[in-house]
Amino acid sequence: MSQNMNNQTALTVSGLEVVLHDKPDTKILDNINFELRKGEVFALVGESGSGKSMTSMSIMRLLPDALKITKGKVMLGETNLFRLPEMEMSTIRGSKVAMIFQDALTSLNPVQKISDQIAETLKIHTDLKGQALRDRTRSLLEEVGIPEADKRMDWYPHQMSGGQQQRVMIAMALACEPDVLLADEPTTALDVTIQKQVLELIKSLTISHNLAVLLITHDMGVVRQTAHRVGVMYKGEIIEENDCDAFFKNPQEEYSRRLINSLPDTTEFRDLSTEDNVLEVKDLQVHFPVRKGILQRIQGYTKAVDGISFTIRKGETLALVGESGCGKSTTGRALLNLIEPTGGEVSFHGDRIDGLSRKDMLPLRRKIQVIFQNPYSSMNPRMTVGDIIEEGMERLRPDMSAEQREQKIIELLTRVHLEPDHRFRYPHEFSGGQRQRIAIARALAVEPELIICDEPTSALDVSVRADVMDLLLELQRDLQVSYLFITHDLSIIPHLAHQVAVMNGGKIVEYGNTEDVLNNPQNEYTRTLLAAVPKVDGSSETAGEAQLATA
Amino acid sequence: MDLAIKPVLLGTDLLVYLLIAMIVMFLLSLKKNPQNRDRWRQVFSTRTGMVTFVIILSYISIALLDSLHFRKQMEPVAGQETTEVYYSNTINSVLDVMLGEMGENTERTYSAPLSLKSWVNENVIAEDGSITRAQPALVHAGQHLESPDDKVADIIWQSLVGAAKGLALAAVLIVLHKQMIARGERATGIRSTLPWRSAWITLAIVLGLLGLLIHLGNLYHVLGTDQAGNDTLYDSLKGIRTAVLIGTLTTLIAMPIAIVFGISAGYFKGWVDDVVQYIYTTLSSIPGLLLIAASVLMFQVWIDNNPQFFEVALEKADAKFLALCFILGITSWATLCRLLRAETLKISQLDYVEAAHAFGIGHAQILKRHILPNLSHIIMITFVLDFSGMVLAEAVLSYIGVGIDPTMASWGNMINLARAELAREPMVWWNLSGAFFLMFTLVLSANLFSDLVRDAFDPKTRVEAAKA
Repeated sequence: MSQNMNNQTALTVSGLEVVLHDKPDTKILDNINFELRKGEVFALVGESGSGKSMTSMSIMRLLPDALKITKGKVMLGETNLFRLPEMEMSTIRGSKVAMIFQDALTSLNPVQKISDQIAETLKIHTDLKGQALRDRTRSLLEEVGIPEADKRMDWYPHQMSGGQQQRVMIAMALACEPDVLLADEPTTALDVTIQKQVLELIKSLTISHNLAVLLITHDMGVVRQTAHRVGVMYKGEIIEENDCDAFFKNPQEEYSRRLINSLPDTTEFRDLSTEDNVLEVKDLQVHFPVRKGILQRIQGYTKAVDGISFTIRKGETLALVGESGCGKSTTGRALLNLIEPTGGEVSFHGDRIDGLSRKDMLPLRRKIQVIFQNPYSSMNPRMTVGDIIEEGMERLRPDMSAEQREQKIIELLTRVHLEPDHRFRYPHEFSGGQRQRIAIARALAVEPELIICDEPTSALDVSVRADVMDLLLELQRDLQVSYLFITHDLSIIPHLAHQVAVMNGGKIVEYGNTEDVLNNPQNEYTRTLLAAVPKVDGSSETAGEAQLATA
Repeated sequence: MDLAIKPVLLGTDLLVYLLIAMIVMFLLSLKKNPQNRDRWRQVFSTRTGMVTFVIILSYISIALLDSLHFRKQMEPVAGQETTEVYYSNTINSVLDVMLGEMGENTERTYSAPLSLKSWVNENVIAEDGSITRAQPALVHAGQHLESPDDKVADIIWQSLVGAAKGLALAAVLIVLHKQMIARGERATGIRSTLPWRSAWITLAIVLGLLGLLIHLGNLYHVLGTDQAGNDTLYDSLKGIRTAVLIGTLTTLIAMPIAIVFGISAGYFKGWVDDVVQYIYTTLSSIPGLLLIAASVLMFQVWIDNNPQFFEVALEKADAKFLALCFILGITSWATLCRLLRAETLKISQLDYVEAAHAFGIGHAQILKRHILPNLSHIIMITFVLDFSGMVLAEAVLSYIGVGIDPTMASWGNMINLARAELAREPMVWWNLSGAFFLMFTLVLSANLFSDLVRDAFDPKTRVEAAKA
């Protein structure tokens, strides 16, 4: 990528080494070298724990107390940031080097108007006052694309959507015209369509403000779409650095190849020929009452799920796709009878199961199981893995003796590629991917026919994600289980699902075979979703370029 | 037959034994849960943790020794033939036996620490019948001295003897403990990394000091005497049981209420939540002191009207004390209940509870297996934090006169008396200082220890430590 004529270096990191304060032998970062050039996005990619965030924290000198910088320097123009006294460093933070974080809502002060929060930065670093200050704030908000900036600048953070909050964060970062912008996973918490807009904003600001951007991310799609140069981090080292195009065409390291290849193939589709219906959902509705006033009278209803119908056959995967808040997780909970549906019919092998009491539901609990999104909260931290897997069997398989259960646990752990001895350990001793395998083993323990997978891979690192999906496919092949796969990630669907149902605002807007829906979407919303998926094949990159030229 | 004793079981003693049983059960349960064992190991791997724990343990053991009560058999009155055995009207404890005659050596009134003479001038009748104003000699201080001039040398010598006795006992305990550790290390092959040295040094200091005080306390009034001529050191030491008991019993009474209400409100939500919330909001809007004062006075009236339940004075005092613990406990559960309710609300939304629902696990099992264990850190932290608060609360309540029965030794009562004494000129300072020093050590140790416990158990601090 050589479109930048003025490749001025804004910030250089050389020989950076960070160790644990207590154990100087444990290197968190080891000999990190890179430079950020003006008008360029440098992406630092790697899995969680590889030291990406620690690198940006070191640049800002905001490392946690337990970590210590032992070697290296960070040059901002002619100044070595590590040599500056703390007083001068704090004037540099925000005015020369600005930061945006992953979670905008927690980074914004919930009790201050957004205009005040932006003005706060401006007041510290400039002499603007009164109306001039207000005008500058408004123009910043307009610049980051907040509609009706005049009105919204007096809003509080919670009144805005996640994407808008992230835009406000960017406006705050831009407030003092910094030279360098450090963006730590700026879009991870956002939906795909919003993610696309925010990335485009960052990209256009890079050019218009001549910013040097360090983009930290774990998503290769984001890198492909946004970055000019890429650095791959692995265990505290940068193992590969290259221009974006060259990197994707010809990755040098085995690990880089794995990262790129972990993006699923989007051209192959699965088909299935069976007519054996496992689950039938007709016109399912879940409404939550909205209560107001002292007496908590019901004032209206939030229609989380508003009349959806679908069918899942034996050994089939139905993907339920949609953005956060569209009601897809509520659907899952309603099918499990954890929430009582307001209306509609749910039949399992032809028998109605909606509205069953706790007791009547019991025999069916064996047949329908669930895997949750977050493997860190889906297991009781006080129970051993063996106990966790055994819990369901104890309750639902009274016919099994303790020895049989023990045998089954060993069998299941082997089945999900873990060691039998792992049953004596506690969940915190496992990584995210391993935990998700345990969660799968727990669901399988009662031999269900249908597993509701609620975003089972979205909390996992990319390389682990592929392993977990392969495991799910393998189990489906061997055991003929059906999956209701709830996800927001369209890119994994072709690999996994036979059918797709796209949900928006509590309704299914498009429903059909995966191939038909993905290749020939009928609905406008489906098309928007599909367009927002970051792709590695290079086509979206050029599209981005074209937009930049006009921006 | 002159050694015959009649064991007495006071209401509070029963609760002390219960407490000990619970601690033993807790220690046994640690064996099963490696996660908790690691956390406690973290607490004890710091020097502060070890030192404060040994100090707290010393207080608890003194309280325990003071809870083994009995009544001595009275010597039959000469010339009276009787088959019936009479027991003394005073209840003694094992601690009294260990303290020797300290508690029985009463003077007429105030005397300064280690003094041989009374602090107050009295009319002294000389042998020739003339009356002079002078400070009379004390009856139980320095009786073994041949001349008052030997006092200083004797005090130093006797201190050394007393301290040596204490240190000898400490040495024996330390050697035994060392052998125990060595055996454990041989059996498991793992070297113990805990800072035992700090624990041993603290133990040596505590036992040395105790040996000194007990030995010297039988010869002099180490901390002087109070208005009624009672030995201040003896009263201060007897106050330990009261303080430890009020600290633990009150929290133990408050805890089950808070746990049951808090968890059911957070888990079942709906009307259960409403009821529990109404109860604790109502309770916390009544001024606590007023409620406690009213209840204590009501109970006092009941005790006075029903003398048939109480054989001796100490039993009455004990019943009143127990009532005070209950009242303090019943008025202080709201904070913990609120905390537990909030945490339960959070936990019951977590995926692992949902997963348990999906397996059709019953409510009782979910509460027992998934909710309660994940609340244990809050319960533990509150228990240790509340402990020192309750010791202080007792002092405040006794100070305003609604606390412990005046016949029962307690630091609050001592501080209450000191109110008038500090206004005198010259000041009577020793009465306050005894209570103050012991209370200060206990509360400081408990606070330092609770900080460590919180650091080890609070998930928030652990997350920060893990991130760092």
